[in-house]
Amino acid sequence: MSPKNTPARADAPLPVLLPFRIEPTRLGTPRLAPVHALLFGAGLALLAGTAWAQAVDTRLSPLDVIIKWAPLLLSGFAFNILISMIAMAIGTGAGLGVGLGMLSHNPVLARVCWALTQFFRNAPWLVLLFFVMFLVPFQITVFGVRIPLPDWVKATVGFSLPVMANVAEIVRGAVRSVPSTQWEAAESLAFTPRQTMWRIILPQCVKRMLPPWMNLYSLVTMATVQASIVGVSEMLTLTAQVHTAEGGRPELFAPLYGFAMFCFFLYCYPIDRFTARLERRFHIR
Amino acid sequence: MAVATEPRPWTPDQPIIQLIDVHKSFGALEVLKGVSFSVKKGEVVCIIGPSGSGKSTLIRCINALVPVTSGTILVENIEVADPKLDKLALRRKVGMVFQQYNLFPHKTALQNVMMAPMHVLHQDRGEVEERARALMKKVRLTGKEHTYPGELSGGQQQRVAIARSLAMRPDVMLFDEVTAALDPETVKEVLFTIRELAEEGMTCMLVTHEMNFARDIADHVYFTDRGVIVEHGPPDTIFSAPRDPRTQEFLSQVL
Repeated sequence: MSPKNTPARADAPLPVLLPFRIEPTRLGTPRLAPVHALLFGAGLALLAGTAWAQAVDTRLSPLDVIIKWAPLLLSGFAFNILISMIAMAIGTGAGLGVGLGMLSHNPVLARVCWALTQFFRNAPWLVLLFFVMFLVPFQITVFGVRIPLPDWVKATVGFSLPVMANVAEIVRGAVRSVPSTQWEAAESLAFTPRQTMWRIILPQCVKRMLPPWMNLYSLVTMATVQASIVGVSEMLTLTAQVHTAEGGRPELFAPLYGFAMFCFFLYCYPIDRFTARLERRFHIR
Repeated sequence: MAVATEPRPWTPDQPIIQLIDVHKSFGALEVLKGVSFSVKKGEVVCIIGPSGSGKSTLIRCINALVPVTSGTILVENIEVADPKLDKLALRRKVGMVFQQYNLFPHKTALQNVMMAPMHVLHQDRGEVEERARALMKKVRLTGKEHTYPGELSGGQQQRVAIARSLAMRPDVMLFDEVTAALDPETVKEVLFTIRELAEEGMTCMLVTHEMNFARDIADHVYFTDRGVIVEHGPPDTIFSAPRDPRTQEFLSQVL
């Protein structure tokens, strides 16, 4: 463990006192190290590994199958990302509200928000997904206008519930971690509690919240494949369909699903590295 | 009918701060046991006493950071203990500086000074900035406007904190052991700033352990112990000829 990673001493200056400056050159796209190339190669080897089975007849090799279906599969993957981003946006907005609600001086509101958070944080995501899929109608009527709710929209809502609860907890923890003296200073300058929260406390919380928030995003992205169970045409569903369309050949199983795994890995791994880098950067010195 | 609760208009000949039999308990612990005194406009008052004697609590009660248990506190005839108190009105009049500076770490020094007038008083940005720069100059921190608190020394941070309070144009400044967290070299620069303020006629109330400074700057010194004012008077009397044995003992220890 490097010295930077050692836990902060109690007498260390407050971490929030450090200025927050992003140096784009260092925090930009994570550099690709040799280890990445190795992983990439391993992935390709896995994909092509079963290619030996070809040649005996006119059937496509696994690699050719992947190339042939890549546009469709990647459009499915884009759908996964879309779902994850929308779920994250909704969940973050709602979670901010619920997290602040938990900190409210109104005991009823605080209890309700606390209960919401606990409930959705401790329910399996898939169960929540099923609940939303089967409890929410396929269309709603607002002022006489019928709004269809396709499955993917419902799935997105289903994912945003646990996101909300987790974001709420992140917000609550971050706000709590700001020393109470900041509240005192703001109060003595005649800031109202609301102004203090939005102008002084939350801006200081952003960098504390960013790493866990990005971590959560990574988890949500990977969880979106669960939507295949409820019939959303995302990447995993399409992979299964492609497999069937290719005659369900057993030797295609590993390459096709390997391709899906690989796409998720390529997307989530940089996020993970970036998060780790941010964490190190913001670490209390 | 409502006239009874209206404060009398305050005129400068009346005490700017007045405490009448103020009590404060934290649970079973009574920290202030009936404190009364008054401060005139332009006066510099120092509160001294051993740790845990309730000095900080006392000063925090004056700008309603700590609610009193009973008694009356008037600041320019505004009743601080009134539950319907307009805290904005009170805190515009009373500036406070803390031991730990408590600057806003995500804002530069200049922004720290500008925040309250802009967002609380909704004053014009250009005007506020001009005044904030003048205040930075006053606390001799010209050139540090765009520095973040984390990059400033303790003494510099504390002077930014003083400028931040002054930006609200208070009538009274409260200083809660503002040099206690500083290293000896930087204590001087902060005390210098406070002295300048006092000389300009700002009403100042200081809780301090800097006895020489108190002796030098104060018009009136209060010695508190265990929640009561044991003795008070002009600094020469208190420091040279304390009457109460507790004051004598305390001063013999710290001087």
